[in-house]
Amino acid sequence: MSAIAIPRRHRTYLAVDYTIRSWLLTTDHKRIAVLYLVSITLMFLVGGLAATLMRLSLLSPTSALVDSETYNKLFTMHGVVMVWFFLIPSIPSVLGNFIVPLMIGARDLAFPRLNLLSWYIYLVGAIFTLFALVNGGVDTGWTFYTPFSTSASTTNVEAVAAGIFILGFSSILTGMNFIVTIHRLRAPGLTWFRLPLFLWSTYATSVILVLATPVLGIALLLITAERILHVGFFDPALGGDPLLFQNLFWFYSHPAVYIMILPGMGVVSELIATFARKPVFGYTFVAMASVAIAVLGFLVWGHHMFVAGISTHAALMFSALSYLVAIPSAIKVFNWTATLYRGAITLHTPLLYALGFIGLFTIGGLTGLFLASLGLDVQVHDTYFVIAHFHYIMVGGMVMAYMGGLHYWWPKLTGRMYSEMWGRIAAVVIFIGFNLTFFPQYILGYLGMPRRYVVYPPEFQTLHVMSTAGASILAVGYFLPLVYLLLSLRLGKLAGPNPWGATGLEWQTSSPPPKLNFPTVPVVTGPPYDYVGRAAGR
Amino acid sequence: MLGLPIAPPQASTTAWQVDALALFMLLVSLLIAGGIFLSIVVFCVKYRRRPGNDIGQPAKRTAPLEITWTLVPMALAAVPFVWGALIYLSEARPPADALEIYVVAKQWMWKAEHPTGQSEIDALHVPVGRAVKLTMTSQDVIHSFYVPAFRVKTDVLPGRYTTLWFQATEAGDYRLFCSQYCGTDHARMIGQLTAMTPGDYAAWLTSGSTATDSPAAQGRKLFLQNGCVACHETGLAPNLQGVFGQPVILSDGSTIVADESYIREHILTPGRKVVYGYQPIMPSFAGRLTEDDLVQLLAYIKSIGSSP
Repeated sequence: MSAIAIPRRHRTYLAVDYTIRSWLLTTDHKRIAVLYLVSITLMFLVGGLAATLMRLSLLSPTSALVDSETYNKLFTMHGVVMVWFFLIPSIPSVLGNFIVPLMIGARDLAFPRLNLLSWYIYLVGAIFTLFALVNGGVDTGWTFYTPFSTSASTTNVEAVAAGIFILGFSSILTGMNFIVTIHRLRAPGLTWFRLPLFLWSTYATSVILVLATPVLGIALLLITAERILHVGFFDPALGGDPLLFQNLFWFYSHPAVYIMILPGMGVVSELIATFARKPVFGYTFVAMASVAIAVLGFLVWGHHMFVAGISTHAALMFSALSYLVAIPSAIKVFNWTATLYRGAITLHTPLLYALGFIGLFTIGGLTGLFLASLGLDVQVHDTYFVIAHFHYIMVGGMVMAYMGGLHYWWPKLTGRMYSEMWGRIAAVVIFIGFNLTFFPQYILGYLGMPRRYVVYPPEFQTLHVMSTAGASILAVGYFLPLVYLLLSLRLGKLAGPNPWGATGLEWQTSSPPPKLNFPTVPVVTGPPYDYVGRAAGR
Repeated sequence: MLGLPIAPPQASTTAWQVDALALFMLLVSLLIAGGIFLSIVVFCVKYRRRPGNDIGQPAKRTAPLEITWTLVPMALAAVPFVWGALIYLSEARPPADALEIYVVAKQWMWKAEHPTGQSEIDALHVPVGRAVKLTMTSQDVIHSFYVPAFRVKTDVLPGRYTTLWFQATEAGDYRLFCSQYCGTDHARMIGQLTAMTPGDYAAWLTSGSTATDSPAAQGRKLFLQNGCVACHETGLAPNLQGVFGQPVILSDGSTIVADESYIREHILTPGRKVVYGYQPIMPSFAGRLTEDDLVQLLAYIKSIGSSP
């Protein structure tokens, strides 16, 4: 082998060792990112399969495919897998793990072994949950509302709750690792306000991961205690309060929505700066908007409970705060758009995803304002309108950003370029397929179609068929990258250190990077995205 | 679009208000989204990378714009906040003269009881032009009473009462959905709401063979059967005449309004909030009374609430 001629420390992180053992016991953040990439892709396929069966079944008002109990288990599986085992770890654990140390000029995260432990915890949680979901399933929905989940459901609630409880530790450890890394391991000269915006959003996300996840753990523990020991926390028949669970659950799950969008916003900031070749407009405002979202995100959970029997005073407060939390998101959208003004733009695949993100996130955000309005929420709460809204944010937003980031950093991750033509085609197909799938659901929701219905009145069928047709296009769109990205590993052109001509420390080392990332510790002397400075030789 | 409706029929007094708000939101959203999409397309074409435009021009003064697009959306957001709140608040306050109907939900059916004694399953008949107030509870898990044509929805919880009111404006049959996931047959927990002209409604009330005693009269029977009279009409326990809706002083010195939830709680767990000056001698009726029984007892206590 010719590779033997290269000293070990200069080999790429992929070529250091080829044994399975070297992957499973690695503490290299880049390899752990690849482990996560493979794991969450598998989980995405599982969650996607559940969605496919649901959409096929909904072709007919009398359910074309599955019975009620199976359908109820399918949407539970789709939600649990997609939220906890795909979306939450997606950008932080895959892209964040890979790129955070590279962006700040570090050799690894602050706690490399803890990082590997996070992945193993994720794996145990995933196997536990998948086993419970496949072996009998759970019919509570990913929201586990009480007293249904504690007193009525006869399915594997304890096992799935345990799986998610275990996974929570993975989230907490990853968040903590990022916080410490960003505080302690920045390269000389890389001050806070010279940080790429992806790091601001990763930092904000990590704070939420650390603060909110324990509340979810507690809520799941209480459910398990009530089911097994009959301690009355939630069931009024045992002296409990059913709304207490909703308060606990949404106290985690609304901030979790921001865990599922803030990292995407960070990726989009990077993509727009690179492909417009200019600094992000209003850098400080965009950075602070991430912090504001992380803080305000903790204060809006009650907007999930406007029709649940909370007091009108509480409803008014939560409605007002929900409008307030929308402001920093709006600021970001305006700033990204303004960044394009007087840019030098090329529409490469990653930017197509970023622009798709802005479009879909804007629609998802604006329809969120419908839901924040009390009188309007009453009509569309728990209908397909809500389904459409959060899929525009989580799939239209987060998954588009994840795909954009994956394409953007793919050359760094693998050292190879993918087919640009197929990349662009897939991005457009996903954008079109997504809208055809979920836009009809807004109308379904306003017409009154409730969510989680296996059968439905015939007047809703046309829109359901349209949605399923769109979903088949979306499925093709998601399948394409799986093919051409894998093919690029063998056929792709060598990328070189900086295929996009981007600024940022990650582009100053080879692709793929050596095990320790940088031959010498880089020194930062200027602001991020300084294309003018670089052209002038500064 | 393709001749498909985009909103359900407007059949209640709040329906048009909600639709007007939705239309306003839609127009503002189209304006904002349109502006952003158009800017993106124009910028991507106009500022594409080409010889002579290889590097973007960094912005110079951003603060004035930032402040503008922070404060303007904030001011704009006040409109749907206030508008939505006004609708919500009016939905939260039923008119005093509303026709009161009791609804008990359970997996997977709706049961309604009219003040005149008719009860119906998965159906609800109401008069047009008169406010109807539903007092609802659940026998098992959380359900949600949702009539899209009326633009009203309220969760129905076990262990407490929630209310919802509407005033139908158009006679017709409308769908009643359970919109809070409640288990296997959640999707089949569908009923029909029939709004009738006052004349038809009066005819329906008298024609029904299902009519029995009014809930209040049945409540009086339960009050006798369960031995409540032995204390509540002998001075051992508070006399319940005129109590409903009034503040009551408890043995710990605090005050509570004797509303639906307090009365229900007191029947099931009497030791928890004892009225000042009385011994905690009342036995619990938990497990001995169904939700229907409780609703009827409540109706009885309410019915004697107004008499002196």
